[in-house]
Formats: sequence, structure tokens, C-alpha cells
Amino acid sequence: MAGKLACMTDFLKTQLHAKHVALGAKMVEFAGYDMPVQYPLGVMGEHQHTREKCGLFDVSHMGQCFIAADDGTFETAARALEALVPADISSLEPGQQRYSQFLNADGGILDDLMISRLGFEGHTHKLYLVVNAGCKLADYAHLEANLPAGVSLDIKDDMLSLLALQGPKAVSVLSALCPAVADLTFMTHTDVPLMLGSDPTFVHVSRSGYTGEDGFEISVKHDDAVRLTEALLAHDDVEMIGLGARDSLRLEAGLCLYGHDIDATTSPIEAGLFWSVPKHRRTGTGYLGAARIAADIADKSTRRLVGIKPEGRAPAREHTPVQDLDGNVIGEITSGGFGPTVGGPVAMGYVARKFTKAGTPVMLMVRGKARPATIQKMPFAPHNYFRGE
Amino acid sequence: MTMKYTEDHEWIKVEGDSATIGISPYAANALGDVVFVELPDIGTEFDKGDEAAVIESVKAASEVYAPVGGEVIAVNAALEDAPETVNASADGDGWFIKIKIKDADELDGLMDADAYKAFCAEL
Repeated sequence: MAGKLACMTDFLKTQLHAKHVALGAKMVEFAGYDMPVQYPLGVMGEHQHTREKCGLFDVSHMGQCFIAADDGTFETAARALEALVPADISSLEPGQQRYSQFLNADGGILDDLMISRLGFEGHTHKLYLVVNAGCKLADYAHLEANLPAGVSLDIKDDMLSLLALQGPKAVSVLSALCPAVADLTFMTHTDVPLMLGSDPTFVHVSRSGYTGEDGFEISVKHDDAVRLTEALLAHDDVEMIGLGARDSLRLEAGLCLYGHDIDATTSPIEAGLFWSVPKHRRTGTGYLGAARIAADIADKSTRRLVGIKPEGRAPAREHTPVQDLDGNVIGEITSGGFGPTVGGPVAMGYVARKFTKAGTPVMLMVRGKARPATIQKMPFAPHNYFRGE
Repeated sequence: MTMKYTEDHEWIKVEGDSATIGISPYAANALGDVVFVELPDIGTEFDKGDEAAVIESVKAASEVYAPVGGEVIAVNAALEDAPETVNASADGDGWFIKIKIKDADELDGLMDADAYKAFCAEL
């Protein structure tokens, strides 16, 4: 058995670190942080619990920052950020959230991120960004270097923790602390007091997440993070969930993981993120990397990220070569593993454009053996987002 | 009939000139939920330390190495449909392969149960 032993070094710790350890989590290094990969329930159990009830994730390692213009207008801040992402930011209403990507000059993805326009009275000119842990320092440098004079970046990682509450029971659990959150629809957010006992804590709550389930992401002050976690965990429906199940949940939901499915060599169009680029921003100008977006839309020969369903039970892991039925290499798996909800292996990867049609048979080279698989439309497990009654 | 262990957490149970091989409960627990086991064909010959099987947990693939050299005479086909047996019974029904031992002297360097227990306690 080949085994790796984790060593305790000077990894960063979230406010919940001691809580994770006390709950019996197996800790691993992730993006410089000592993070829980699984709790005693195990990856399979944590995954199923999230799909059936409700899982609580510590995602405080992710970056949280604000962008605002000195002139106090939303338009100035929005235009500044629009120069760096393909999404339409100017049309964001207070309380709305959008998914986008930072691109380099070649249109490669530097990071993917969530962008919100605050809805809080007196703050609706501000943009709130959540970025990946592993990219956040580079993202902040990218913003500092590219935001124009008069638009400033305010990094809040020394003040704010981030929790994700995901699953069909998330709304009943969280609305017990604040009924207003039940009215949020997918990709909207609000700033509200959560009642923890008789003592409220003010938090930023968005109806979003990265599991494919209904749920919330809660930005909470560091000092209140443990208190909020304990209040949520006190509910019978809530279990802490580690990074292991977070990965299998997002893979089944067909959601890209930065550094694996997307990176500086892949463009949003190749990665199947066409939907996140509005029509008027496909013209080849207007933001860093725009030319690549237009070129990749026009050029039908470029590769595409697709869902791949291996036959049988053997998982196909990252970097597994994908071949056509004649044995020619046509691509590579970028994320692959076992999908507990699917009940079998699932994967995503890049293949040459002519093999992207759902149902196309391919072969996966797993440890030198060709194993049959089929291109499949994602998600592998249905999305259960709340889009309103 | 004695059970011996490797530093890579395989166990080997010797019966005459043949032996059954699996992974320890400690290893099964460390791996987490096992979802797939790739076993060798009957008749395959290994040297000590060769990759004998692959075990896939939800998160990752790990190799199982041959504690001693030999020829595969049986595989636990039940693991194909029920890989979770490795978690439930790592040192019982969750066995991987049976081999005909090539050189019994290779058993000498392996740990007995007490030595393995002490080894794990230090990890």
C-alpha cells in the first residue's frame, strides 16, 4: 500500500480549525491552509448526507474582497471590473450575483469567481467578489495592477469567514435563524441578522454554492464564525462536510474545479462556460482576453470540456488519456472519481470537438488498459437550485 | 497459520506453501470508502514488492504491493460487485488474492501482529 502521511507545518488555519480537529476531521494541506478533507462520517456518507439533508462546509480559505469607486457610483466600479471579466457587470441589480472568470491577455482563465452587487442600503455601489483560495493572492495582484485610478480593492480575508450550507434542508435550517433567507432565489443575496440565541450576528447570505444543491453561502465575521457553526450544527439535519465530498459533489454537478478542469491554458469557451459570456461580449473586444473568446466561438476545431461516463466500476482519474475507438488520443480526463449519487464512476475532460456529442463512445486508458466510456451531458446528478415558486 | 504485515500495510496469511493477501484494517480506514478493486489475472507472477492490485477509494487510487513473490492462484471476485467489503472486513472477507509462495525466506523480514501494531502506533 502506498500511503502518504501528512505533516503538520506552518499551514494557514481558518477560524474553525480547532473545531474541525475536535470533530475528528482528517486534515490535509489545501491552497496553503490546513483543511478538513473528511470527518468520521467519511466522504461517501458526507456526500449522501448533503444530497439528502444538509451539509455545512468551511470555505473560509476562499478569498473575499470588495471593489468600489471613489466617485461613489456603481457604474464606475462595474465598468472597471468589466474590463477584466467576460460577464456583464453593469446590468447587475442590487442583490444579484453572477459567475465569471478573470482572463489573461490570451483568454486563458486566471481564476473563476462569484461577483455580487451589494443590496444593502447605502452600499449598492459596491461589488463583492469570492475567489478561489489557491488563486486569491494572484487575483488581488491582478486587480491592483489593472483597476483604474479611482477604483479600489478592499481585501477582507483578515475579517471574514465563509460557510456554505448546502442541500435540500438548508433553507429550513437557515430560515430558522432568519426567515428572510427563504425568499432568496438562486444567485441572489442579502445582508441580514441571524439570531444565534438572543444575540444576532450580521451576515451576508447568498443563495448559491458549488454542490448542485439548493443552499447558501454565508459570509460571517471571524469572531462569529465558530458561534454560527455551532448553531447550525446543533440542527439534526446538519453535518460538517470536508473537501473530499465537496469535490465529488461538484463533479457530479458538472462544475469546474480551478487548477484541474480550468487553468491559464483553457478558455471559457473550451471549458463549456459559453453561457457565462453574454451575447454582446462575444465580439472580440471590451475586456482582457476577449479576442480568444470570439476566436474560440468561431473556430469549431477547438477542444471542449465534456462529461464522460466510464462503463463498469473503475474510476478514471485526472490525466487519464481519452482515445477514440481507433486508439487515437483525442483528449484527457481533468477530474474523475466515484460519484456516490450516480452510484458509479464519473469524469470530465477535454476532447477534440468532433467527439463532444452526447452518446459518443470513447476509450479511457486506465493503467494501460483501454476501458469503454461514453460522452455524457452534464450534470451527472440533477441540479436542485431554487429559482422561485 | 500466521499473519504477517508489511510497512505498506498489506497482510499475508500463510497456509503451507500458499498465502492469502489483503490490506490491514488500519489501511482500509485510512483510505476511506473503497469503490473499486482491480485484481490481477490468475497465473500472474510477482516478485516481492511488485504492484499486485489497485484499490480505488472515493478520492484516490492506491497500489497494493506483493509482500512476497509468487504466482496468483485465486482472486476475490466478490470484490468486483462489493468493493465495500474491504472496509467492512479488511482482514477477512475483504482479502484480495491467494498466491503460491515462490520463496518462503522472503517472509522473514515481515512484521508479526505485535510489531505491526507498534509500527502503526508510531504513524
